[in-house]
Amino acid sequence: MGKAPKKRSLADKVRKTKTSSEIKNNPFEVKINRKKFDVLGRKSKHDVGLPGVSRSKAVNKRKETLLKEYKQKNRSSKFIDRRFGEYDTKMAPEDKILQRFTMERQRVHEKKDVYNLNEEEELTHYGQSLAEMEKFNDAVNSDDESEEKGLLSAELTASHFGGGGGLLRKKASGEQEEEGGQRVKSRQELIEELIQKSKQEKRERQVQREEAQELTEKLDQDWKNIQSLMVKKTPKADKQEEKPKTIPPRSEYDMMVRELGFEMKAQPSEKMKTPEELAKEEREKLQKLEADRLRRMMGEEVVEGAQSQIHFSADDLNDGFILDKHDKKTLAYQDGKWNMGEEEGEEDDEAEDEEEGEGESDEEQESDAEEDEVEEEEEEEEEEEEEEEGSGEDDGHSDLESEQESENEEEEEASPKPKKTLSKEEVKAQQEAAKAELPYTFAAPESYNDLKDMLRGHTSDNQRLIVARTQKSNHPSLAVGNKLKLQKLFGFLLEYIGELASRSPPELSTIDKLIPEVYALCQMFPDAACKAMQSILGDAAHSMEETLEVKGHAAFPTLDMLIYLKVTALLFPTSDFRHPVTTPALLFISQALTKCPVRSLQDLTSGLVLCSLAVEYVSFSKRFLPELINFLVGTLHLAVQDKASLGYIVVPPFRASGKYSDLLVLSSSESCRTWSKKSLPLSATQQLDLKNDPDRDNHRLTCLSTCLDLVKRCCLLYKDLPSFTHIFQPIRTLLSKHLSTQTLPEPLQELSSEIVEAISSTPVTHSPLVFDKRKPIPLKLLTPKIVEVLDYGKKRGSTREEREKERLKHKYKREFKGALREIRKDSRFLAREKLNEVMNRDAERKRKVKELMGSLATQEGEWKSLKRKKK
Amino acid sequence: MAPAKKRNVSSVKTAEKSAKKAKVDLSKSVERILESRKHANDVFDILESLQAEQEKEVISAVAACSELFCALLERKELFLGKLPGEEDALSGGYSAQDKYQIFMRHRYTSCVEILLEHLSHEQYDIKESAMCCLMKFAAGEGRHPLEDLDWSEHYSFPRELIQALVDNLLSKTTDNSLLISRFQQFLEMEDVRYYVMSSIRDNVGKVMDKNKGAVVPVYQNNVFTLMSSISMPNQESELTNFMVKQEAKHEDWKAAKLHVSKIVEVKSSHFCFQQKGFLNVIKSSATQEHKRVFERMWLGFLKYKLPNSMYKKVLVILHDSILPYMSKPTLMIDFLTAAYEIGGAISLLALNGLFVLIHQHNLDYPDFYKKLYNLLEPSVFHVKYRARFFHLANLFLSSSHLPVYLVAAFAKRLARLALTAPPTALLIVLPFIYNLIRRHPSCRVLIHKPSTEDEPFEDPYLMDEEDPAQCRALESSLWEIKSLQKHYHPDVAKAALLINTPLSEQEDDISETLEVTTYELMEKDLKQPELKSVPLEFETATRLLKGGGDVLGQHFCLA
Repeated sequence: MGKAPKKRSLADKVRKTKTSSEIKNNPFEVKINRKKFDVLGRKSKHDVGLPGVSRSKAVNKRKETLLKEYKQKNRSSKFIDRRFGEYDTKMAPEDKILQRFTMERQRVHEKKDVYNLNEEEELTHYGQSLAEMEKFNDAVNSDDESEEKGLLSAELTASHFGGGGGLLRKKASGEQEEEGGQRVKSRQELIEELIQKSKQEKRERQVQREEAQELTEKLDQDWKNIQSLMVKKTPKADKQEEKPKTIPPRSEYDMMVRELGFEMKAQPSEKMKTPEELAKEEREKLQKLEADRLRRMMGEEVVEGAQSQIHFSADDLNDGFILDKHDKKTLAYQDGKWNMGEEEGEEDDEAEDEEEGEGESDEEQESDAEEDEVEEEEEEEEEEEEEEEGSGEDDGHSDLESEQESENEEEEEASPKPKKTLSKEEVKAQQEAAKAELPYTFAAPESYNDLKDMLRGHTSDNQRLIVARTQKSNHPSLAVGNKLKLQKLFGFLLEYIGELASRSPPELSTIDKLIPEVYALCQMFPDAACKAMQSILGDAAHSMEETLEVKGHAAFPTLDMLIYLKVTALLFPTSDFRHPVTTPALLFISQALTKCPVRSLQDLTSGLVLCSLAVEYVSFSKRFLPELINFLVGTLHLAVQDKASLGYIVVPPFRASGKYSDLLVLSSSESCRTWSKKSLPLSATQQLDLKNDPDRDNHRLTCLSTCLDLVKRCCLLYKDLPSFTHIFQPIRTLLSKHLSTQTLPEPLQELSSEIVEAISSTPVTHSPLVFDKRKPIPLKLLTPKIVEVLDYGKKRGSTREEREKERLKHKYKREFKGALREIRKDSRFLAREKLNEVMNRDAERKRKVKELMGSLATQEGEWKSLKRKKK
Repeated sequence: MAPAKKRNVSSVKTAEKSAKKAKVDLSKSVERILESRKHANDVFDILESLQAEQEKEVISAVAACSELFCALLERKELFLGKLPGEEDALSGGYSAQDKYQIFMRHRYTSCVEILLEHLSHEQYDIKESAMCCLMKFAAGEGRHPLEDLDWSEHYSFPRELIQALVDNLLSKTTDNSLLISRFQQFLEMEDVRYYVMSSIRDNVGKVMDKNKGAVVPVYQNNVFTLMSSISMPNQESELTNFMVKQEAKHEDWKAAKLHVSKIVEVKSSHFCFQQKGFLNVIKSSATQEHKRVFERMWLGFLKYKLPNSMYKKVLVILHDSILPYMSKPTLMIDFLTAAYEIGGAISLLALNGLFVLIHQHNLDYPDFYKKLYNLLEPSVFHVKYRARFFHLANLFLSSSHLPVYLVAAFAKRLARLALTAPPTALLIVLPFIYNLIRRHPSCRVLIHKPSTEDEPFEDPYLMDEEDPAQCRALESSLWEIKSLQKHYHPDVAKAALLINTPLSEQEDDISETLEVTTYELMEKDLKQPELKSVPLEFETATRLLKGGGDVLGQHFCLA
């Protein structure tokens, strides 16, 4: 080959030897990019360039890649290095070697050792078989194995022989020989020493073991005692306890060590509990109480129950959760009845047996348990007080308290000394008491009928407690499905309320008691509550709409609907401008007030309930409800005796005259004197049995007074409306012209005159309407807008997306340009290479031609000289 | 018990059996009668069972009758022409054939009589089958006329039969609406309809004259049901469905009504190329005739005093199923104006007919707007025909040539009435008022009166003034809408808030809100997809009757 490449390689060598600093300092290598002006604080990366270096770098790179490719062009054969990880730069060389080694081994193994069963190569560590070591290590820790095994532990042998196991015997003996050479001790001595040592060790170990066992036993005992608080079945493991009675006295040292070991260390103070934990505790508490109650109901004595233990399975988590018959019974609580069977007797016997064996500690526990119970009950009471806070009425507690008292009495009775047997009467009494008491946990009802079954036959207070406990024992943080269950429970409760209201007579006091629970559930699941309420309202409105389409009028909503409307007002804010529940509810009220004709005193009472509800709905927001005023006017109109020359117009559903337009006219003026205001029962909306005229008149007057009071409230509510006088004008004429001439009881007269006064005292003048003042639209400004640019070089005044787009465009352009440049450089490089090739080829040919020509010339010359010679 | 039951069952069974047997017997006897004249006397058995107690028997007898007499009509075995008395027939010099025919004709007439009686039977099934049977007879008679017509090519229709049928249908004591709706099927046929209409007219005239114009609710109800079930054909081409088809003779029928029968026939036969046009002439004149009868029937009915509900019913269908089919709708003016004067819902309904007359027939109604203005009462928002009323009022007030005072009076009165309206009505009224103000920009002072001094004044508008010109509405402002801004329903409150700013140019389309019901309004809130969490009452609920100002608790107690 020519000289040129050699030369170049030499030059490269020279260049490579140069260090980078040298290059940088060489003014011929450096190109300085001149800056037009300096910007303070801006770092420029490209002020100095090294064109030579970069060019040579680029050329080298091309040589490695492009040139190779070029050379490989049109060639089908290829050299591939298949060594493992050869091209993987990420792998460390050691790893590579290791991996290759293992692969090699595997390959060999597969080939040769297919039928080799266990003659594997043994791995050693300091001359010991690793497998053997593992075995012996295990033996040391276990205390169940025989002592002989302990003797041959690796630890022991290693300390004396510098190696262990049968496999390395020879080696060890060799060492020993060396040792023997060094020391003077004979072999016999050594062996004796060893035996002694091992014996001592053995003793020590035994002592230690026994102590440990004792401790574990003690622990077991404690644990069982704690267990007995929750469960009452006797353990079947009694016999086991008798065995370890031959315990040697503990040494003082051991005691010390143990004490130190168990010494109290700094303990973390009790942390704040999360709501989930609280809920869990709550449930646990209830569960515990439930277990207690169950036990007492079974007719056992309190003390016995405390120690009664149950055989625990190995999987028991000791969380008080027992999945057996007893627990299932809790769930099977139905209709307030329990099927107490033969188990009782059995358990009695068992309990008595146990009683003899155990003494003092149990008593302690029992008293503890008792304390707990009392405390918890107090807590519960507190809670209830919190819930009923503000109401100030204690009627809800009376039952509870008596309950608790009775419980306490029971316990006092039982606690002083564990009697061996209770008289039958007492047992029975306890059972009764426990039966009367409610269970503490409830499964969430799966269907409406479940709920009904659960609540059937309980007093209203207890029903409330049941719902509250169901709610607590199914708190959503306790299990996954609980949320759904409670949401369903809300729907069922609503349904139940509706049913209670539609019974005859309606059980409204129960509803009253359930309200806090409904409220609490609603607070937990607003969405579900909203849905449930909406569906109720929607259904009612839909059915009303249907009857309206068919008949043109509808009956007043039944009591359950009235109650639902009231509950809606309790659960959801009525003052919202638009609310998914209360707005439809108001519409429903308005619909009922406009479309339901009043045909009886019941209807009128329902209407007045609706009016009161309407007033409640708007009492805070003071929104205008035309239907309300219409209905009140109509109601007052019913009381007008003389229907001629009205001076006001009655709006449907009322009629100026007709069959039912005299509903509130008194049959005799006598009743005015005897009448006194009483609140109407809500059940009067459903059925009203007024036998004689005075009764009916009384009812009429009560309705009238309610109506007047509502009118008065409306007056106060709508006082600020500009059309107040026009809205109340019919009422005013009605009261001043018609009702004032009639005989009415004193308070009603007063009320009506108050109303008339209130209506006429409001101002009737208004200033004319004008549009709201708006900001004048500013004129267009002609001066240019000057914007200070604070950060140069950044695109401004566009949205984020636009900027991003700009940036990407710019980047693309740059990349494109760069790629173009690279391609050009590539092609230039290739062209150069091709040229080189061609030139080399040409030079070669020339040289060969020259050679040939030269040889020919010499031939010719020779031939000529021969010729000349011949001549 | 058990045996009794069995006996019962068995008796029922035997009854059924006997009914079946009777049926078989009847059909057999029909066959025999048709077979030979020897068994002619079996017809008495049939007529007897026709008057039986049991429903099934009667029905099967009716079927048998229809089969028998239709067949006889077909065979022309019934005596034609004027029927001599039965004794005369026996004594007179008739042939055996004639005698038989006379005998059968007598049976036929008695059968028809019985069937007509059955039309007022209490069993619907019997009524229905009797009616169908009679219509079959009518068809048969039409095809084979019983009158002995010397001019045989002439058109004939069993008028008497139809007249009798109609007379019985329009009972004075029982509500026959079900039967009438069944009868509607026959009214599809042109000729039947034509004759039914004229016989209704005759009947109404007769009955009402007898009653001296007093209200007969059941009868009038029947008449109305029958008349309203008459659906007039819209186009001439529809006149193709006839019960009595006497080849090419319906031309004649129509022509007969035209009194130019011969000429047209001759012409149409002679000038073939003109035939089509002439036929059209004939047809259109036929519909004209139809219309005239229709009109006469209605006018005859409406001439008499009607119960109020009937007024409403008539007015509801008046504009689209009566007025378009009258040859001279203007004849209805008297009726409509009278209805308009009555007031209340009837006036509202009369508006629609009046509108058609004013709009299409150039009726000039003095003080129309004044009356319309006085129609505005609180009940407008509560009646069933609210949507119709506002639709029409919107039409009437859409004219831009109305005086400002009138429009202002309407706007102010509507606003005042809105104080007693339910939300669905408010959602109509508020855009309605805004539209009025938009159409008449000079009414803008109602919601924007900036120039007057700031001193507040009383509302000068006079609600009780009947004349919109005198009610001083223009001096007033719509404070009522201002009050409605505090309305409880969010949509209404939002709509009322619009008067705080200048109204947009675009008119609101109230046609969509006209039919909205309260439930639909409710659904807007109920069906809303849950976007955010539902707000809850923060005040803890403790008792049922607590909370919300304690109104309920003060007046009502739980027990």
